[in-house]
Amino acid sequence: MKSSRFDITVLTLGFAFLYIPIVILVVYSFNASRLVTVWGGFSLHWYASMWSNEGLMDAAWVTARVGVLSATLGTVLGTLAALALVRFQKFPGRMLFSGMIYAPLVMPEVITGLSMLLLFVALGVDRGFWTVIIAHTTFTMCYVAIVVQSRLLTFDRSLEEAALDLGCPPVKTFFKITLPLILPAVVAGWMLAFTLSLDDLVIASFNTGPGATTLPIKIYSQVRLGVTPEINAICTILIGLVTIGVIVASLSTKRAEIRRIRDEHLAQRQGI
Amino acid sequence: MGLPFSFQDDFGRNGAPMAKTLGPVKRKFSPWTDPSAVPFIRFENITKRFGNFTAVDNLTLDIYEREFFSLLGPSGCGKTTLMRMLAGFDEPTEGRILLQGKDISGVPPYRRPTNMMFQSYALFPHMTVEKNIAFGLEQDKLPKGEITARVEEMLKLVKLEQFAKRKPNQLSGGQRQRVALARSLAKRPKVLLLDEPLGALDKKLREETQFELMDIQHTLGLTFLIVTHDQEEAMTVSDRIAVMERGVIVQVATPAEIYEAPNSRYVADFIGDINIVDGTVKKTDSALGAPGAVTIDCGGLTFAAEQECQAVVGDNVAYAVRPEKVRISPEQPADTSVNAVNGEVWDIGYLGDFSVFIVKLDDGRVMRAAQANVSRLVDRPITFGDRVWLSWPLDAGLVLTR
Repeated sequence: MKSSRFDITVLTLGFAFLYIPIVILVVYSFNASRLVTVWGGFSLHWYASMWSNEGLMDAAWVTARVGVLSATLGTVLGTLAALALVRFQKFPGRMLFSGMIYAPLVMPEVITGLSMLLLFVALGVDRGFWTVIIAHTTFTMCYVAIVVQSRLLTFDRSLEEAALDLGCPPVKTFFKITLPLILPAVVAGWMLAFTLSLDDLVIASFNTGPGATTLPIKIYSQVRLGVTPEINAICTILIGLVTIGVIVASLSTKRAEIRRIRDEHLAQRQGI
Repeated sequence: MGLPFSFQDDFGRNGAPMAKTLGPVKRKFSPWTDPSAVPFIRFENITKRFGNFTAVDNLTLDIYEREFFSLLGPSGCGKTTLMRMLAGFDEPTEGRILLQGKDISGVPPYRRPTNMMFQSYALFPHMTVEKNIAFGLEQDKLPKGEITARVEEMLKLVKLEQFAKRKPNQLSGGQRQRVALARSLAKRPKVLLLDEPLGALDKKLREETQFELMDIQHTLGLTFLIVTHDQEEAMTVSDRIAVMERGVIVQVATPAEIYEAPNSRYVADFIGDINIVDGTVKKTDSALGAPGAVTIDCGGLTFAAEQECQAVVGDNVAYAVRPEKVRISPEQPADTSVNAVNGEVWDIGYLGDFSVFIVKLDDGRVMRAAQANVSRLVDRPITFGDRVWLSWPLDAGLVLTR
């Protein structure tokens, strides 16, 4: 079917709506001028000055560490939660429990952030690096739990039974059979958790303390004083990282798909 | 020379030996008739409930060493539950299971000397064929050399040597089935449990594999317990069959006994094709429990069977006769007083090896007769609308009291 002029217009408008702000941000990161909205020629100046901006670099480093640690903790806890929810026998209130895991997804971030803050205050914990990690772990683990849970629902339990039957104790069965097979979902959960932690502003700003300023908090506070092209530069780098991540992920699934189709052909050709 | 048939190669030219060599000739095997034989597996008053549903109801069953035993029944009859209790995946609610005289209740599946071949095969998709087969042996911490040797032996047994490095998704259905079999046999279990092992294969492959299974079982001298809903499969492979219905065993017997002497309507109807009519006992030639002729009145028709009498005059019973034992003929038989009915051919089912004639009796009832197609005639002498006589000898019929 030939695409009509209408289709092309709608498509163009849609993509323009999505990407024009990003394109502007990227273009102005290469601006030689100090003024964000006036083009003064091409320059990599702001990338260089960004590297020497210690406050920004510190914040980036804090964000990376918070992201890795909270995503890892969230993945472990979320995977365990998913296992418990899928595998546990039916008991009264099971629906309530499985519903409760979704609650943080729809909870306004302000409330999650505030409630964590109140908890830390009540416990007398000094806010800083670790409180941000704990706060991020609590909200990312639900996302991991949901991703892993959907994989576990289609997991063939007889694989585990076969391992048990062949003499493999339950814990070893989990590590030798279950985990390798649900690993794609676990990794996807980790990446989701990492990304969520990376761009969270609200929860982090409630629970952070001195010396633990994350990148979103830093950017936000700098923007309040006026946008500098340095911000554009660091945002461009973030966009680049995310784009590479998405491309790598989709290429590897594409390759796996091609391999699967080839395997099936092989099996059919030499079928007994 | 020049025969277009391939059996030439099998039987060899000029008296050469047959290409396919078979093992020793099988001997008659019937430990269940020996009162001194000790059962290998004993299910003792087993009951299994899932909530309100009783899957297995106070069931007792003995299985002997080296036996090829089938649990046969429709889905939901409790056969799979029974097998899973033996494997250790489910625990009985009541009763106990003895393996070689030892109660195995509470022993987890990974410590039981049984192995199972799963209906879905349950091959580990992230491991090669080799690794799949070695998995159980690795759990026993056998030395590396021994594992390699055993894996090779298993691959040879199921004829998959050249597929050792493949992953399960690079295999066809039949090959996967063989890997599953090899993996469950690798640990040389005392009992091999097979859950609908051939269900996913096409008919031809299924038949071949049935004979292979029997061969393997015979060569390795193992006890096989198979769960199936396919009566032909159970008939072909088993030493004995237990026919199950709603959590209880209706009959345990050899395939021939199950087919020729079913103990109930349910078994008669479940196994093979059969004509069943209701009737009342008119006359018995001998006392209860003694052999003799039993004559039944089935709504004006008189049928008789030569068997151990289990009914008295006036009892409501069922009379059954297998279609292949019914003779169909356009001519009237000499004696029409008993086991002879008259009707019109209503339909013919041509099955290749057999033709099944559906005959409408004068009172509207329907009976089936099967005839082997021994000659290559394309036009049958009996056709639609013909008046025919159906008759059968006294020992072909069966009186079923339940």
